[in-house]
Amino acid sequence: MPGGVLFLILCTISAVGYVMGRRKAVSVSGGDSRVMHSLLPYHGWNVALAAFLVGLSVMVLWSLLRLLFGFTDPGNNIVSVLSLAAALLAGWTNYARIERNYRARNVVELMMKGILIFASSIAIFTTIAIVLSMLFETTHFFRDYSWTRFFFGLKWSPNFSGNSDLGMLPLLWGTLYVSFIALLVAVPIGLFAAIYLSEYAGPRLRAVAKPMLEILAGIPTIVYGLFALITVGPILRDYFAQPLGLADSGSSVMTAGIVMGVMLIPFVSSLSDDIINAVPQAMRDGSYGLGATPSETIKQVVIPAALPGIVGAILLAASRAIGETMIVVMGAGAAAKLSLNPFEAMTTVTVKIVSQLTGDTDFASPETLVAFALGITLFVLTLGLNVLALYIVRRYREQYE
Amino acid sequence: MTDVTVAEKTSKHASSLHQTDVRTKRRNASEARFRFYGLTAIAVGVFALIVLMASILSNGIPAFFQTYVIMNVDLKADVLDPKGNRDPDDIAKVMTFGYTPLINEATKTLVAEIGGEVPGLTDKMVNNMISREAAGQLRRFVLAHPDEIGKTVKFEFLANGRIDGYFKGRVTRESAALDSNVSVEQLDIADALKRDGHLETRFNFAFLTNPDASDQRPEAAGIGVAILGSAYMMLIVLGLALPIGVAASIYLEEFAKTNWLTDIIEVNISNLAAVPSIVFGILGLAIFINFMHLPQSAPIVGGLVLTLMTLPTIIISTRAALKSVPNSIRDAALGIGASKMQTVFHHVLPLAMPGILTGTIIGLAQALGETAPLLLIGMVAFVKDFPAAPPEGFFDPATALPVQVYNFTQRSDPAFYERASGAIIVLLIFLLIMNALAIVLRRRFERRW
Repeated sequence: MPGGVLFLILCTISAVGYVMGRRKAVSVSGGDSRVMHSLLPYHGWNVALAAFLVGLSVMVLWSLLRLLFGFTDPGNNIVSVLSLAAALLAGWTNYARIERNYRARNVVELMMKGILIFASSIAIFTTIAIVLSMLFETTHFFRDYSWTRFFFGLKWSPNFSGNSDLGMLPLLWGTLYVSFIALLVAVPIGLFAAIYLSEYAGPRLRAVAKPMLEILAGIPTIVYGLFALITVGPILRDYFAQPLGLADSGSSVMTAGIVMGVMLIPFVSSLSDDIINAVPQAMRDGSYGLGATPSETIKQVVIPAALPGIVGAILLAASRAIGETMIVVMGAGAAAKLSLNPFEAMTTVTVKIVSQLTGDTDFASPETLVAFALGITLFVLTLGLNVLALYIVRRYREQYE
Repeated sequence: MTDVTVAEKTSKHASSLHQTDVRTKRRNASEARFRFYGLTAIAVGVFALIVLMASILSNGIPAFFQTYVIMNVDLKADVLDPKGNRDPDDIAKVMTFGYTPLINEATKTLVAEIGGEVPGLTDKMVNNMISREAAGQLRRFVLAHPDEIGKTVKFEFLANGRIDGYFKGRVTRESAALDSNVSVEQLDIADALKRDGHLETRFNFAFLTNPDASDQRPEAAGIGVAILGSAYMMLIVLGLALPIGVAASIYLEEFAKTNWLTDIIEVNISNLAAVPSIVFGILGLAIFINFMHLPQSAPIVGGLVLTLMTLPTIIISTRAALKSVPNSIRDAALGIGASKMQTVFHHVLPLAMPGILTGTIIGLAQALGETAPLLLIGMVAFVKDFPAAPPEGFFDPATALPVQVYNFTQRSDPAFYERASGAIIVLLIFLLIMNALAIVLRRRFERRW
């Protein structure tokens, strides 16, 4: 039978188990539920949860084994019989145990705690799955293609008939270049906006400006991508790149960088806002007391005190910029180049992951598998930046707490 | 002695509080400059938001309007029902291709009717003024109403995308002269048709309900499948991420002892929140499609990937909501004999619910706008058929709203840019509604202790 039907039957068994368990508890108690250790519903839940959890685990385990060892189970017959039998057995065992002193509540709470622990371990499973899936395919890739050529190659020209050059450096260069321009836009604007909002702005300006910046943070990246493609790109091309004779393509490092910078403004400003607000007021008061103006206080007291936190915020923003995909896919172009001209189209790691993995993919060819190697590089890069940034921010917070 | 006193007096006078000295002036100027930088930064941010919105709106609003040509079509019995028996099966044998001549003829008649004698106008130009979608529309009508065969029926057909663009200002006479897909003569005829009321531009509901259309028919493309696919994915994310996220947060916030396992989980969650979304796409491709053999471009895979992506967001906000419930509530429940589990589920969780829901809605909004991971699991495919009703529909191919936007931008015809911006407007409206809901929930129900 199909999995959905099996699941429904399992639910029915549990529901019946609940009713039966509760009924037995009522009859055991002889009409006075106070003689029981646990409240009546717990006896019902005890049976229902046992049946459901055991049946479900058998189903999940079975499909995992099937995927790992690749055997077939026509019509799901074996798994149906196995899981339903296990569910009935588990339900029956707990049903048979019901008596006055049976600690049904403790058993139910233990099972629920198990569910809670399982739910929180999903985060670990996700990380493991990410790392394993990418490592697995990456080792396949490095079997066909030397890792030195991948990490230090200066040329990227995939060729689906074989003999490709898959050097990562042009992509890495594009990624870093775009991120650098994005930070060049986002850090001063975000930082000054945060300083003004937390140190100068009155409640009215804050009530207007803060939500505006937050809207900027809530806009999906595809919107920024489209903005880069249809507005910023053509403007930069027609008014800057072409008249200056630098390049003539709408998609460029500059386009993607500026738009990504706009995307990162609220990110930088809200992080720095938190950090600036965490600087104790006493430090400001001390500075004012010595006769410093507000801007001198900010420049010479607040910022130096908040510097580690701000550096952490910038690193977090850099990690976001490196991992950003849609803006560069739509704004930066697809040509892998090592060039200094910011108006030229270049490409990034994320763009190439998308282009190697969409369309017809053949998971035996290095041209497809290279995406996994790029993916793990990206993962390690952003993870490293995040860990570093969080470490810095945490240490800074402790300093004033 | 006297001299010294005099000198002191003059120097004191020079630095009077009533007279700003050079240094103070400089300091004040620097202060003003600093404030100006701050204000400029805010202004730049707000200006960027305004330009972004203006650009999307001005490009996208035309997508909600469409030009239609109204004409009478003679449904000739000998073409549509060659056997003359009105048998639906026989009528269905006439393919869409067979309907094109009828439309061509009707268009030609219409042009002749309004006296559209434009020099240089060829039959081909006249035929091309009507969308290629029209034949299919006609065929569907005939199959639905076989008894109309032989009569003359009034139809509203989509005008070709370039003609439509002419009335929206995207195509001008100058650009038409250079474009091989449209000619100035066609625009003259279109003007004449409009003058006589045979052609009108009006609100385009079909944009919201139609499926995507192929490269040559931008005028027929809609985002119906994309909206449905996004809705399916949101259902899956809500159904999985909310219970799992809440369960995980309850464990971490209320039960977990501080040990190495809890530490690992916490570090993991904060790192997962910062992992680039495209990495989740790689995960989905490797695990859900290559390993578990779930179908490509299906909402179920998209939903699972987005669930894993939103979980950290939901867990972080749920933990904050649980943390904000004061300990006195827990102590009171424990004090009258409730178990730890009862305390949490009967007292803490209900009080934290508004905060949890707010966080969930914000997580969902994030998932709704996410594009990159969906590209990798095959949602860029061209999907013309609506997925079935859930739960089977979860396994049918579908696309998602942001992916549809990306898809539109990859086409050559500029009319698709308009569609892309229109789809973005719809996406932003959904996001606006969700965020407004979150704000209302927070304002109305959240308790401050």
